[in-house]
Amino acid sequence: MSIVVKNLTHIYMPNTPFESVAIKDINWTINDGEFWGLIGHTGSGKSTLIQHLNGLLKPTSGEIIIDGKNIHSKEVSLKTIRQKVGLVFQYPEHQLFEETVEQDVAFGPRNMGLPDEEISKRVKEALELVGLPYEQIKDKSPFELSGGQMRRVAIAGVLAMKPQILVLDEPTAGLDPRGRDEILQEIVDLKEKQNLTVILVSHSMEDIAKIVDKLAVMYKGEMVSQGNPREIFKDYQGLVEKGLGIPQVTELMIKLKGKGKNVSTDILTVEEARAEILKTLRRKGLA
Amino acid sequence: MREITIGQYIPGNSLVHRLDPRTKILVTLAYMILLFALNNFYGYIFPVVFLILATILSRISVRYLLKGLKPLIFIITLTFVLNSFMIKGRVIYELGPLDITYEGLVQGAFMAIRLILLITGTSLLTLTTSPISLTDGIERLLSPFKKVGVPAHELAMMMTIALRFIPTLLEETDKIMKAQMARGADFESGNLINRAKNLVPLLVPLFISAFRRADDLAMAMEARCYRGGENRTRLKELKMTFIDMATFAVFTLFAIGGIASRFL
Repeated sequence: MSIVVKNLTHIYMPNTPFESVAIKDINWTINDGEFWGLIGHTGSGKSTLIQHLNGLLKPTSGEIIIDGKNIHSKEVSLKTIRQKVGLVFQYPEHQLFEETVEQDVAFGPRNMGLPDEEISKRVKEALELVGLPYEQIKDKSPFELSGGQMRRVAIAGVLAMKPQILVLDEPTAGLDPRGRDEILQEIVDLKEKQNLTVILVSHSMEDIAKIVDKLAVMYKGEMVSQGNPREIFKDYQGLVEKGLGIPQVTELMIKLKGKGKNVSTDILTVEEARAEILKTLRRKGLA
Repeated sequence: MREITIGQYIPGNSLVHRLDPRTKILVTLAYMILLFALNNFYGYIFPVVFLILATILSRISVRYLLKGLKPLIFIITLTFVLNSFMIKGRVIYELGPLDITYEGLVQGAFMAIRLILLITGTSLLTLTTSPISLTDGIERLLSPFKKVGVPAHELAMMMTIALRFIPTLLEETDKIMKAQMARGADFESGNLINRAKNLVPLLVPLFISAFRRADDLAMAMEARCYRGGENRTRLKELKMTFIDMATFAVFTLFAIGGIASRFL
């Protein structure tokens, strides 16, 4: 299942003094099975863009084409699109409302009109996918859980609809470093296990650079670059000007190179950096 | 949801924006009284010209000002129609058991004009005055009544906080609504009972977040040793200037003109 975004522009509150162009002329193709990172500074239009992917926002101009069909044409039902494209909002735990975890996760599948056995099967699967023990947690109130657990329940609520494309808006916002690493690892596992197409939205390169296959960079409502993370980091200066850093290890390697050391800057993780530095040192006969 | 314009403030730096909020509140009050004190069509020339003058000086677009009338068109029409039928007098047209009278039409037209001028005038006040300075103005105007037990500061603080959180809550509603729609919730179709039921996934999270925000705010205020009322100084002292005096003078002239028209 592929999504094609074509010349997408969105203007908030048009024809009022508060008119603002949130995103302009975005072109983006997401192919089946890809793992995308969508990155940009706060207010760059990331959230506006992803709300178009499942038809929550209607484009001011341009189109969203899913499986060859414009999602706002008459033959396409938005309800089906929202089931296929699962969208997890920022701070998704703020949307919890049911008395028990089980009922809350069941909200999505129930809206799809599935039979009861299918719903409880999906709820169980979804909770286990996000690493929560179904039996122990299903009858608890979502409001007595810890922050990290609440977020997992909310993500499970979207997974229970069995989307083919999963879009997550800042899934690690407000979590401690450990919770952040756990959620990111779970997303990587989920993608593998379920063969999902994933779009991960973030403002932190550190978080997503090493796990995604492709990066799209937003700046002031425009998509300024897209491609392989390593290629994108070559424009270090440009990224800094756009208020985005690059991962600290990559920055370190670029600085080493700037000091005349003969190292490659094509580095994303600490392990890669270690290997590269050792290699350089050996070449000089120092290690 | 974001299209509500009544009570909205449009930031600016025009003459009207810079007026002391007390001036604007008092003039608006006097303007409202004037509207109901007038009893012939010529008299209305005065408030109309005053309103046009104020609108030009405020640099608010006329289209935007009139937008505030839209939701009230029904009430205005109803007032006009009811008045035309209800008031006894010279019959112009008979519609079954109902009579349209000349006096009724005149009275209906008066009421419609009054309502339109009333709404546009008060919209101009809120469009050019930020909620914060509006409550500041109300607090200062009420402060003489503190002696008889009117908690002016507390009232103003409550209004400020309430106004401050309207946009936040609207934004929150929008966000939760979208999050539930992404899970297949439907807020738009079905009969009344179903629709009410469908609001539960929206209202529960909204209430929880409103309480959480109230709690955080109370905590933050206490942490900064807030304790209303007595001896509080303020960052922005309200000061009447020459333009405030000029505004009062100009309005008084218009008011005298209007009142004088009663004796034509």
